[in-house]
Amino acid sequence: MSAEAQAAPEPPLPGQATGNSIIEVVRRRFEAIKQGDVGILPVVIGLILIVGFFYSKNSNFLSAGNFTNLMTQMAAVTTIAIGVVFVLLLGEIDLSIGYVSGIAGVIVAELQYPDGSWEVKGIVAIVIAVIITSLIGALQGSFVAYIGVPSFVVTLAGLLFWQGVILYVIGDRGVIVIQDNTINNVANYFFSNTAGLLIAAVATAFFTLGTIMGVVSRRRHGIVTDNVVLIALKLIGFAVVALGAVMWANKERGLPFAFLLVIVLLVFWTFIAERTTFGRHVYAVGGNAEAARRAGINVRTIRIFVFMISSGMAGLGGVILAARLNSVDLNAGGGTLLLDSIAAAVIGGTSLFGGRGRVISALMGALIISTVANGIDLLGYSSAIKFMVTGLILLAAVTLDAISRKRLERSGR
Amino acid sequence: MTPILETRGITKSFGSVQALTDVDFEVRSGEVMALVGDNGAGKSTLVKCIVGIYPIDDGEIQFDGKKVDIHDPKAASNLGIEVVYQDLALCDNLDVVQNMYLGREEHDVIRRLKEPEMEARTAKTMQSLAVTTIGSMRQKVASLSGGQRQSVAIGRAVMWNSRVVILDEPTAALGVAQTRQVLDLVRRLAEQGLAVVIISHNLHDIFEVSDRITVLRLGRNVAVFERSETTQQEVVHAITAGVPTKVAGIPTAGAEELA
Repeated sequence: MSAEAQAAPEPPLPGQATGNSIIEVVRRRFEAIKQGDVGILPVVIGLILIVGFFYSKNSNFLSAGNFTNLMTQMAAVTTIAIGVVFVLLLGEIDLSIGYVSGIAGVIVAELQYPDGSWEVKGIVAIVIAVIITSLIGALQGSFVAYIGVPSFVVTLAGLLFWQGVILYVIGDRGVIVIQDNTINNVANYFFSNTAGLLIAAVATAFFTLGTIMGVVSRRRHGIVTDNVVLIALKLIGFAVVALGAVMWANKERGLPFAFLLVIVLLVFWTFIAERTTFGRHVYAVGGNAEAARRAGINVRTIRIFVFMISSGMAGLGGVILAARLNSVDLNAGGGTLLLDSIAAAVIGGTSLFGGRGRVISALMGALIISTVANGIDLLGYSSAIKFMVTGLILLAAVTLDAISRKRLERSGR
Repeated sequence: MTPILETRGITKSFGSVQALTDVDFEVRSGEVMALVGDNGAGKSTLVKCIVGIYPIDDGEIQFDGKKVDIHDPKAASNLGIEVVYQDLALCDNLDVVQNMYLGREEHDVIRRLKEPEMEARTAKTMQSLAVTTIGSMRQKVASLSGGQRQSVAIGRAVMWNSRVVILDEPTAALGVAQTRQVLDLVRRLAEQGLAVVIISHNLHDIFEVSDRITVLRLGRNVAVFERSETTQQEVVHAITAGVPTKVAGIPTAGAEELA
């Protein structure tokens, strides 16, 4: 069953010579870090430090109640940050996401409002809101892709314009209350204990099945597979985290629907980014747009789709936010939402220079930002401290990105 | 032996600038044809005309003995003509397999990538080219040496059943050992039956690797040399002071006597 036995009849293919023992895997990872490819490591270390610090200050920090709180708090920012990851992968930026998310909030609120004009079902309202915000992205993306206006300027104009639209539509009413249960449940529904555990179990089963099928497929093609021990550890780790998180949340209100939604979105967009031709082309355009163009990739289409993803995910995030407040008001999409979402993607390890990053970094960055905000609130410090700390973390993340980029360039001899 | 790719009387001008005048060129399967000339001699223009980036004003291109119209690089690819440009056009942030398949990824009905298939075929291609220096096919191209990057770019060009590979300055900016690797690779391509066109300024490399040498000067044919029957001085003379000759395939004689 060993890899050597598989390759026995023919001489091994080039690029397959390096072993897959644990020592070898660790050594390669270490080499990669030295060359500047730090991956997700700094985020994990940072997260452990932050959690450790707040826990030592206040043991309530890790309580089940605070844990479920955190899961719902970070859902919207994580959702929006997923879209930001795609835009950053292209080396572009989208500043309009804050108010585009506000637009989605206004759309669902208006569509469900029981004044006899629309009164559509909650789920339909949500779908319409996401479609319209995606079209906003297509419009903004077209300016970038076809006319070549820098995305910074196009989306800055979007930021102003959509803020204006929100103020115009809400107008004197000041606030629109959301009474539709479907919409409100997006942020306020908690699964029962059994349902939560069942979901975690099914997720673990699928993850295990997928991993095993991947290994079998590689074996069949005579390609080196990951170390079996490491694969087993990864599977056990996944099961422990999934079941553990649900059990912890079950001590309070249970697994929030919003968090499950975030996980589903993360899995879906990770699949799109890393397993499909579209995702591959996004990375290619972000890495070397000219090379991508010469390879026959339609760079314009890719750009427009990415801006659609960014706006659409912002719209979905806006729905979660509106559902959490059970209303939209004149501040919808404002405040620190835009900066938090971009910061989440960057802190999570997605490069501002394009071509490097993963969808999961949206979750990691949002975790860091949310735990810091949550912890500082818990300790009773002011917002002033919160802003300063978050600012410093963002600076550290961007500095790390710039350094690793330089190292990567240097290691390419 | 008939040439696989042949151009006859290619003429191309940009406004008032006559870039190519009545240029003939040919390459046969299994040979390395060098294309040399000073800056502005028309080497790159000729290549771009062949692969359809520039439309030609006059003349014709024959492939496999048949006249063909090549309107765009895709048409050239479909015939089996691939170009490796000097900048290689690789994505540094992607690994070897991802670069080899860039824009032509294998996927199933839901556009899911077939990674194991692609990795296996990449490894086989590299094996057939005897490129053994790349540690892992999942290594990012950013971490490869110049020679390895060139190997990836060439591997990408030959993986698609191509029959003519055009290499633009493949050894520029490479060290001695790296140049060695790439020249060996070029030789191997010809041995596998491909027609190889190599554009280079480095006559030393050209004499090492090519079978024949076509010299252009000021957008015109000057000479076609058999490598075994000529010297570097002779080629240098043709590059710098050669007199146009219309008849391709009859080497040195015309150019020499007129000069």
